Amino acid sequence: MYKIIRQILQSGIKTETPPGIDDALRCTAQRLENAILERFGGALAIRHVDAGSCNGCELEIHALSNPYYNLEGLGIHFVASPRHADMLLVTGPVSRHMETALQRTYEAIPEPKLVVAVGDCGCSGGLFGESYASRGRVASVIPVDVAVPGCPPPPFALMQGILTGISSRMG
Amino acid sequence: MRIEDFDLALSPLPGAAPVWHGDVDAAAWRQVCRQVHDKGGRLVALWGSDRRELERGFAVHAALVIRSGLVWLTLATDNDRYPGIDDIFPAASRMQRALGDLLGIYPHAPQDARPWLRHSAWPADQYPLRKDFDGSTAHPAQPQDYPFVTVEGDGVHEIAVGPVHAGTIEPGHFRFSVIGERILRLEQRLGYAHKGVEKLFETMTLEGGARLAGRISGDSTVAYAWAYAMAVESAVSTVPPGRALWLRALLLERERLANHLGDLGALGNDAGLAFGLAQFSCLKEDLLRSNAALFGHRYLMDSIVPGGVVNDLDETGAARLMAELDALDQTVTRLRYIYDDHAGLQDRFIGAGQVTPELAARLGLCGLAGRASAQAWDLRAQFPTAPYDRLDVRMATHRNGDVAARVAVRFDEVSEAIRLCRLILKGLPGGAIFTILPKAPDHAIGVGWVEGWRGEVLVALETGTDNRIRRLHPHDPSWQNWPLLEHAVLGNIVPDFPLINKSFNLSYSGHDL
Ligand code: SF4
Repeated sequence: MYKIIRQILQSGIKTETPPGIDDALRCTAQRLENAILERFGGALAIRHVDAGSCNGCELEIHALSNPYYNLEGLGIHFVASPRHADMLLVTGPVSRHMETALQRTYEAIPEPKLVVAVGDCGCSGGLFGESYASRGRVASVIPVDVAVPGCPPPPFALMQGILTGISSRMG
Repeated sequence: MRIEDFDLALSPLPGAAPVWHGDVDAAAWRQVCRQVHDKGGRLVALWGSDRRELERGFAVHAALVIRSGLVWLTLATDNDRYPGIDDIFPAASRMQRALGDLLGIYPHAPQDARPWLRHSAWPADQYPLRKDFDGSTAHPAQPQDYPFVTVEGDGVHEIAVGPVHAGTIEPGHFRFSVIGERILRLEQRLGYAHKGVEKLFETMTLEGGARLAGRISGDSTVAYAWAYAMAVESAVSTVPPGRALWLRALLLERERLANHLGDLGALGNDAGLAFGLAQFSCLKEDLLRSNAALFGHRYLMDSIVPGGVVNDLDETGAARLMAELDALDQTVTRLRYIYDDHAGLQDRFIGAGQVTPELAARLGLCGLAGRASAQAWDLRAQFPTAPYDRLDVRMATHRNGDVAARVAVRFDEVSEAIRLCRLILKGLPGGAIFTILPKAPDHAIGVGWVEGWRGEVLVALETGTDNRIRRLHPHDPSWQNWPLLEHAVLGNIVPDFPLINKSFNLSYSGHDL
């Protein structure tokens, strides 16, 4: 125990200042009323779905939880059930084999559903594009509010995308 | 066994990896597989190709490891049948099923004839890897009804999870048969992340394919990009400059470090020590940030290209890395002591998800998980290509085959990777980092074979005309190891599944392609 405490003290606090929002990432005009968005301000629950990614984007979503980015410190956390989620974070081009599962997850999320498409694949289909096996971008399967480009998008860009999704234009 | 022991015409391929290729007939195909198996060799990969427009029918290929290196066998067949090898190498079973789905050729008497990678995206009588299949055409969703094996008995019930999992992980379906909490059987269903990678390669040039190779499994982008480059360099018989090879090894070891550090943190967390996750994820983040600063990408994507590497390292950069390695070394030593000393953690790790050396050998467990079950294979030690031939890699092995063993192998490999990075930074030769490759001969073959952090990655390439790819098969070590996870969980309790699964940390994308 003593060694653990010493190591924690030595590490210190690493958390950095989160980024501001970026309206350029919005795919659709701001849909939600300020009053609703303010309610998200306290806590946001995110459900992640990998719809066929190369797993690179997942690495950066994991990184969001490390002490540098400390997403939980902003009241944003990942949940296991779509029914508890306010936001759906989708990675990958949508493989045809994941299309139904993605749609069902989307349907299971209570209104208002916010969707953030992650990575070049999520935004446009990326290198995989559309094919016999891939439907390409997330927006070809479910409505997308915010799309975050990058291959994979680094954690700050992801945070910015998530925060943009839950802030009002005036924000 | 050695290459001289075969009564076959095998020709060595140019390039870094020790590889021989030979065309065989149906009798020799099975006989060689049997021989390799009986002498303790392994199957790395099995795949197929459509050569009908060259008037050569279909072909089945197998890559086998023997003591001299890798043997690539090609068996031509003019109809849609070939002699299967799943009775010799159990690991071949899923590969044969995938081959049936993608190319429409089948073993005479398969042990399992169900589809594997095909779910609903294309009809059962069409085959994406045939040359007359248009990869850009979408097909209406096909009804799918996958016959899972059911377990019956008093008090047995099923738990089905996925393809969307509770955490941030890739998609796959797991079906548990349990009594109470205890797992009687696990059956996996993969293929959800299938996005047509092999077909896509066939639309690309040798140069253009490098980016896609780096996105087969994002966590192994360096291993794949190197294997891809090695395959292209083999096909065009060109050796990249020494400095480029040393820098590739530096990148590969950094990829190993990043993944092992991430896993060690996650494994601590899954066993109830959140402190471990916080600590190791910081170490990983520091490493990724240096990658971005010095090589332009946190995960080193697109850093390796056929002919060399993209970014050079100057003296300041090397000094920065050296200083970081010292700090990393110290912290990991302290954390290992804490892990080893933590009763709660060891209680969860020891005995969980065990794969005995006998079972591992029989089913072909490979890579990191294989080494934790006494399967002493590591390309960097046994078939070292430059610069590993100068670094004398110490292989990490363990006999217990449980989560604790897979944790211990990761710790050992972190220390070894730190040692190797230091040696590379000290021994880095001068000179160019890239050489322009000549135009590839038509219908040439090449192989890349690299020990990634998860295990061996293989890329088998056949060129077309005009520097294009005719066929490319990337093989991920997860193919071998997924079936062993089904065995590892038997008798364990369901709540330990995430921990056991994480200790293997297999790729879905690299497998589903
Ligand atoms: S955007 Fe890049 S990292 Fe993300 S899934 Fe696509 S290829 Fe992988």
